[in-house]
Amino acid sequence: MPDSANPNTAGMQLSDKIAGFIERANAYAQKILVLPNDSFQKTLAVAFALCLVGAVLVSGSAVALKPLQESNKSKDERVNILDVAGLLEEGTNIEEAFKNIEPKIVDLATGEYVDSIDPKTFDQRKAAKDPAMSEAIPPEKDIANIKRKPKYAKVYLVKEDGQLKAIILPVSGYGLWSTMYGFIALEADAQTVIGLNLYDQAETPGLGGEVVNPKWKALWKGKKVYNFTGKELHESNLTEKGQQIDIGEVALGLVKGSVDPSKPGSEYQVDALAGATLTSRGVSNLVSYWMSKEGFGLYLAKLRSQRG
Amino acid sequence: MNFNEEHKKVLVEPLVDNNPITLQVLGICSALAVTSQLSTALIMSLALTSVTACSSAGIAFIRNHVPSSIRIIAQMVIIASLVIVVDQILKAFAYEISKKLSVFVGLIITNCIVMGRAEAYAMKNPPWESFLDGVGNGLGYSLILITVATFRELFGSGKLLGIEVLPLLKDGGWYVPNGLLLLPPSAFFLIGLLIWAVRTWKPQQVEKAEFTIMPAHGEAH
Repeated sequence: MPDSANPNTAGMQLSDKIAGFIERANAYAQKILVLPNDSFQKTLAVAFALCLVGAVLVSGSAVALKPLQESNKSKDERVNILDVAGLLEEGTNIEEAFKNIEPKIVDLATGEYVDSIDPKTFDQRKAAKDPAMSEAIPPEKDIANIKRKPKYAKVYLVKEDGQLKAIILPVSGYGLWSTMYGFIALEADAQTVIGLNLYDQAETPGLGGEVVNPKWKALWKGKKVYNFTGKELHESNLTEKGQQIDIGEVALGLVKGSVDPSKPGSEYQVDALAGATLTSRGVSNLVSYWMSKEGFGLYLAKLRSQRG
Repeated sequence: MNFNEEHKKVLVEPLVDNNPITLQVLGICSALAVTSQLSTALIMSLALTSVTACSSAGIAFIRNHVPSSIRIIAQMVIIASLVIVVDQILKAFAYEISKKLSVFVGLIITNCIVMGRAEAYAMKNPPWESFLDGVGNGLGYSLILITVATFRELFGSGKLLGIEVLPLLKDGGWYVPNGLLLLPPSAFFLIGLLIWAVRTWKPQQVEKAEFTIMPAHGEAH
């Protein structure tokens, strides 16, 4: 019965080999251990053995804990999305609240949804680095200082009884020290801001880092994004009524000092952060960039025209 | 793994009599950074204590075979590996806190207490004693961190571990929080006051002056 005997002998050979290897390694270790500590051979052997143990320890823990870390990260992202849309309250069930939120992929150049990419697996931050999925931004247009932009973006639509309630858009831009990543949430009119949440940033704590301060974040609610002057008409896309789409000029930005709500134009203004001029400028720029036709301008204009 | 008077001394001495922060003034950068909330201070204490204990034990285990020319590097490899493992564990099981601690977990690698115990104790003593020495010094560090953090969180934001203790004025209570305590400099003041308090209690910890200032003789001479 050669068939049944074969794996057995192969197994024997393998375990023999391993045993032989361990024996030889052991003998070598014994030989090394008795050498004087400062001999060249022992220095190398100790360094190598230590690195090997360290590497196994580090990579072992990284690989073993990866699934848990990933689930923490995606949960954290969901919390940020709910937070920017104002849907996060104490004791909110995240899974439950997320059922009303639908991720969609948008082609930034046409402003249309793309169905060929699965939103579940699409990672926008990875896509922005992938040459096939992104394009370099010419320096004169790169006001948010992000170098590359993805061709497709992952937006989240908040729906209630089938009705669109809010649009959540991913944004990024450079502040003083770091590229800030966040979400901006707009109401269904694609004009009124619900909130801005820069969840990933490394600005100076206490100054630029105040972009995460709930009090400052609350200032964004109810502000308007676009000023419809008719200057930013989109050249090719006609609506069904035969009109050109007005993308609108991005008017929203930060201003120094405090915003006087009685003055005209205050609906486009948010208080800048005290002592953080460059971070404030970065936030203004990232809003201007991503809301313009380089970013989500066309997509939002189409949403508006569909509403009539 | 016996436990006698000597072991007890190794474990208990770093708490007050030879505290790494108040006597040796080591490891204070993280003590300043992570003490605005008690929860971060507790996790940081736990992380540092486990790293100090395990790295000391590991280094003591191989102490007789470490070539002196690569001594520090060998210690660093052990410490750094353990710190990364701790960081990975925190990211997996305490994500929120690990985000708040951010770089400070990684910076345990350069924490003077860990390196100091490796070089001063673990290189000369057996693993079990070194392990206890690491735990003791970690606890000494933790004691100061937790004291400072309790004070800062309680009087800086009226809370302890995020639970309201002193009702704040703006929420209809009576306590006006001291905002300074939430900023890093306050940890400096508190650690300074703690060192003062400990040295008043145990005057033998006061360092001898390295020189005395000569009495002034005046310009006339």
